[in-house]
Amino acid sequence: MATLDSKIPSGPLADKWRKHKTEIKLVNPANKRKYEVIVVGAGLAGSSAASSLADLGYKVKCFVFHDSPRRAHSIAAQGGINAAKNYQNDGDSVHRLFYDTLKGGDYRAREANVHRLAEVSVNIIDQCVAQGVPFAREYGGLLANRSFGGAQVSRTFYARGQTGQQLLLGAYSALSRMVGAGAVDLHTNSEMLDLVVVGGQAKGVIIRNLVTGEISRHSADAVILATGGYGNVFNLSTYARGSNTTAIWRAYKRGACMANPCYTQIHPTCIPVSGDYQSKLTLMSESLRNDGRIWAPKKAGDTRAPAAIPESERDYYLERLYPSFGNLAPRDIASRAAKRICDEGRGVGSTGLGVYLDFADAINRLGEPAVRERYGNLFDIYHEITAESAYKAPMRIYPAVHYTMGGLWVDYNLMSNIPGLFVLGEANFSDHGANRLGASALMQGLADGYFVIPYTIGDYLAGQKPGSRPAADAPEFRQAEADVRGQTTRFLATKGKQPVSHFHKKLGKIMWDRCGMARTKAGLEAALQEIPALREEFNASVNVPGSADTLNQSLEKAGRVADFLDLGELMCRDALTREESCGGHFREEHQYPDGECKRDDEKFGHVAAWEYQGEGKTPVRNTEPLNYEFTKMSLRNYK
Amino acid sequence: MVAASTLKTFSVTLRVWRQAGPAAAGGFVDYPAKDISPDMSFLEMLDVVNDELTAKGIEPIAFAHDCREGICGTCSCTINGKPHGPGKGVATCQTYMRSFSDGDTIVVEPFRARAFPVVKDLVTDRAAFDKIQQSGGFITARAGSAPDANALPIPKGDADLAMDAAQCIGCGACVAACKNASAMLFVSAKVGHLGLLPQGQAERDRRVLAMVNTMDTLGFGSCTNQYECSAACPKLISHDFIARMNRDYLTASLRSAFKPAPANTGGGAA
Amino acid sequence: MNLVGNLFGSSIGRKILMAVTGLALIGFVIGHLVGNLQVFSHPDKLNGYAHFLQSLGPALWVARIGLLVCVGIHIWAATVLTLESKRARGGQAYGVKTWIQATLASRYMRWTGYVVLAFIVYHLAHFTLGTAQSDTFKASLPAYKMAHDYHVLGFTVVPAGTEVLDVHRMVILGFQPPLVAGFYLLAVGLLSLHLLHGMDSLFQTLGWRNSRWSQSLRTVVILACLAYFAGNVAIPGAVLTGKLSLESAAKSAPAAHH
Repeated sequence: MATLDSKIPSGPLADKWRKHKTEIKLVNPANKRKYEVIVVGAGLAGSSAASSLADLGYKVKCFVFHDSPRRAHSIAAQGGINAAKNYQNDGDSVHRLFYDTLKGGDYRAREANVHRLAEVSVNIIDQCVAQGVPFAREYGGLLANRSFGGAQVSRTFYARGQTGQQLLLGAYSALSRMVGAGAVDLHTNSEMLDLVVVGGQAKGVIIRNLVTGEISRHSADAVILATGGYGNVFNLSTYARGSNTTAIWRAYKRGACMANPCYTQIHPTCIPVSGDYQSKLTLMSESLRNDGRIWAPKKAGDTRAPAAIPESERDYYLERLYPSFGNLAPRDIASRAAKRICDEGRGVGSTGLGVYLDFADAINRLGEPAVRERYGNLFDIYHEITAESAYKAPMRIYPAVHYTMGGLWVDYNLMSNIPGLFVLGEANFSDHGANRLGASALMQGLADGYFVIPYTIGDYLAGQKPGSRPAADAPEFRQAEADVRGQTTRFLATKGKQPVSHFHKKLGKIMWDRCGMARTKAGLEAALQEIPALREEFNASVNVPGSADTLNQSLEKAGRVADFLDLGELMCRDALTREESCGGHFREEHQYPDGECKRDDEKFGHVAAWEYQGEGKTPVRNTEPLNYEFTKMSLRNYK
Repeated sequence: MVAASTLKTFSVTLRVWRQAGPAAAGGFVDYPAKDISPDMSFLEMLDVVNDELTAKGIEPIAFAHDCREGICGTCSCTINGKPHGPGKGVATCQTYMRSFSDGDTIVVEPFRARAFPVVKDLVTDRAAFDKIQQSGGFITARAGSAPDANALPIPKGDADLAMDAAQCIGCGACVAACKNASAMLFVSAKVGHLGLLPQGQAERDRRVLAMVNTMDTLGFGSCTNQYECSAACPKLISHDFIARMNRDYLTASLRSAFKPAPANTGGGAA
Repeated sequence: MNLVGNLFGSSIGRKILMAVTGLALIGFVIGHLVGNLQVFSHPDKLNGYAHFLQSLGPALWVARIGLLVCVGIHIWAATVLTLESKRARGGQAYGVKTWIQATLASRYMRWTGYVVLAFIVYHLAHFTLGTAQSDTFKASLPAYKMAHDYHVLGFTVVPAGTEVLDVHRMVILGFQPPLVAGFYLLAVGLLSLHLLHGMDSLFQTLGWRNSRWSQSLRTVVILACLAYFAGNVAIPGAVLTGKLSLESAAKSAPAAHH
């Protein structure tokens, strides 16, 4: 059993981080250059960490599977980034941001971590502005804010609908500066395929160059994983096609605990699937629900055009079921309601998986120009993808996976249970509990990279003798490399009938049906039969053409899908074991009559951290109790 | 509503550039793409063709892609002679099959330029863009040293214009479209973005001189003011930024010629 | 970093050199045209003007060398940039390539440039050196006696009675062969096309152009090029159509000979 010591500092909540920073060990400037740190991933968390550590004087090697660090999927975040600046004079504070985030996470995150996140949020905005991030501004030249879900203040900073892009390019520019200065050794097209653990500590990685196929060993004094979330286990999601779980999954197989893997966030307003060929779901901003009315036909199998369905045969189901919140019901509620409608056969569109988001009333009330001014760019995106005009006919929308709150378990220092292995950003589980609030993902990625890891990694490295890192040809490295080569050879040698995508689609369907918006004991148990069967089929009949020594996208996908198959099973196991509903984890057995999540704080007020036991063996479920010292776990209620 | 377009499928012929590796000779190969839905994205159509090729034992077509929502800048096909295909202001991943008709032959090539060598099939190496950024595309701001974000008001117009430039997704369509394979639009977008902001002034001259120098060294061509770049840009970034960079470059050259050099340049590492 | 190095050594520097030399050459061709349009006036005007220019001596040579240097730099920069750009495009051409919006004028700059260069050589040989037509063409012109004083800025620079080269007659004789006039028309047409892109483009290269007024700039450039073309067409056009002939010149001359 792994020991899970969260290392939360003692003392009052608001003093913990300050106190911790003054108490943890430091590495003196002359020694920093003697330590080598590997950073895997170059999204918000990875780029900010790599550049900050290099700026401090550490030798940094950064590995990215993309052809450039600027491609990381942080770039696609639209809405904004939260910070407790209180520039609007509307009563915001660090404590309010802390409280909103903790409550939004349905009381399944650590108090101390969330408070630290809220504290450093203000520094993030300062840092980004100094880097030249062109945030939206008022005419007076000061920063503009907007409001977002789950908060009663305007604390979200934004750069049009491309906030993630601008923040990532800011972090990328900081990283580029350090690469240009020779302080970061950047390796693009480089996918991490294994973690090397020497003497119980993370001391290196195995990398495959995706262009040349070369497999190389890299040793370091510490390893940082900032490799993002695993939502592509569902195949269809708002994630980039390349987003994967491989880095964290292989670390899991080397002993790092995987925490709360079942916590998945599903966004209610995405453009629905149009056919089997679909590769990607596109998010439509939640703001549309301010003026759009969601409905479905009352009758199942009604294929009439929406305009032909009279008012009396329409079911404005959110307004009916949740009269006080109506179309602005919380994300998870709105998502689950849409799913139920479609399960009843009342879904619309050619696939039957969609509901209407209708602007006819808004256009009648406000006029088309006003609607165009508010939502024009979103209507354009919708038109681009569907060739339909939302001014003339209602939009079709459906929920889609877009974030995973679970990830590798880390302590307050963001170090996993393997000493020397740090995990940042979406790849860890730390700050969002069971549900993430809008505009908080960007905040966490940058908090971890700019303002947490530069302090906490020193505490670990100070305990490592400079120059003590193992050579990259130590037996552990050779073994790990051999394992990686073995897997590659197996994929290429299988020469089965089905392309990798076949298995990914099948897994995605199982996960979506069984471990998606609503989960049941029976469904999850079925999934735990179906996924191993699918894995066997995959191992026996996957077709990976080409060779290992060139760019081979089928081979890349095969490795990732193999890991998704394993992870999917663990997610179902975690969801099955967590006999409660909380945030993004909804067990139909555990709900209040109004459909709200029914938590069980007594039995499940803890983090579940799964520990790998070997191929084919059931993993061990460790728990870390969530001790709420300052806040009371209460019913999450937005009414 | 079932859109009429979702019901009718069609077939096209793909004439695709196949090239086994950077040093290998390449050539066009025709593949049929049958039962194509107009609602498919161009890349989804390639996915389907690739699965069919895999089933036939033919190595699938390598193509670059990731976010599939037009923001990461990875996708990079030249379709019928235009980078990213027929649409205006869209990336390859936002090109839908409804832009084509039954029986069309669609010519698909990589973005071509000497500075973007072909890696395989439709995939090119655009690391040159990163090198340009590394030579000066940043504001030096150490984490933890920033003043309060509102300490420096920035006129909304300047911030908005900077954002227009900052939207660049680094895809390289500008280079691919330019008859000179010039990277001026890309470089000028970054120079313009940072140069428009007060934070960017300290390094303004250094930045433009260094980035242009790197751009030249990496073997990009020069600008002949035809503006094919901005017309092909998926973010429709204006060539106004090129004019602005030209002026910045001239001003920086003049300033560096006439400003006395300090006797000692200690401090300010990197 | 040094200024000369940046101007001659970088792509943008060379573009700036092209723009600046182009601007000087645009100034020259417009001035040249305005001077030449005096052919429609009394022969005294063009002949006095030509004599005045010839009499400038060293200043004329400074201007000539300056223009030659501009042409030289313009061509050098164009050549270097073109070679670099060809190299930048890479060894493998597109199988299919479509233009999105580049103007015709911009796409044929190199070709219009070649023709303009050939024309400059011919034009100098024709009128400056007088060797392009028969060898007696310029040398055998009878001297012209100024009927009036020729003034520049109120000063008399060529007094009446001075015997000067009869440039007026030379122009009319020079354009009488239809082939010569035809080549001239073609060349100025292409030069106007060259200017159509060049005049617009130099504003971009020098950083003075932006979308707030680029449409107005475009309109001005188009009108300027049309006017330039019309002015240049007028001279050989008038000769070819007989509107301007030795007889018409003689008709206006008596007025001066009274």
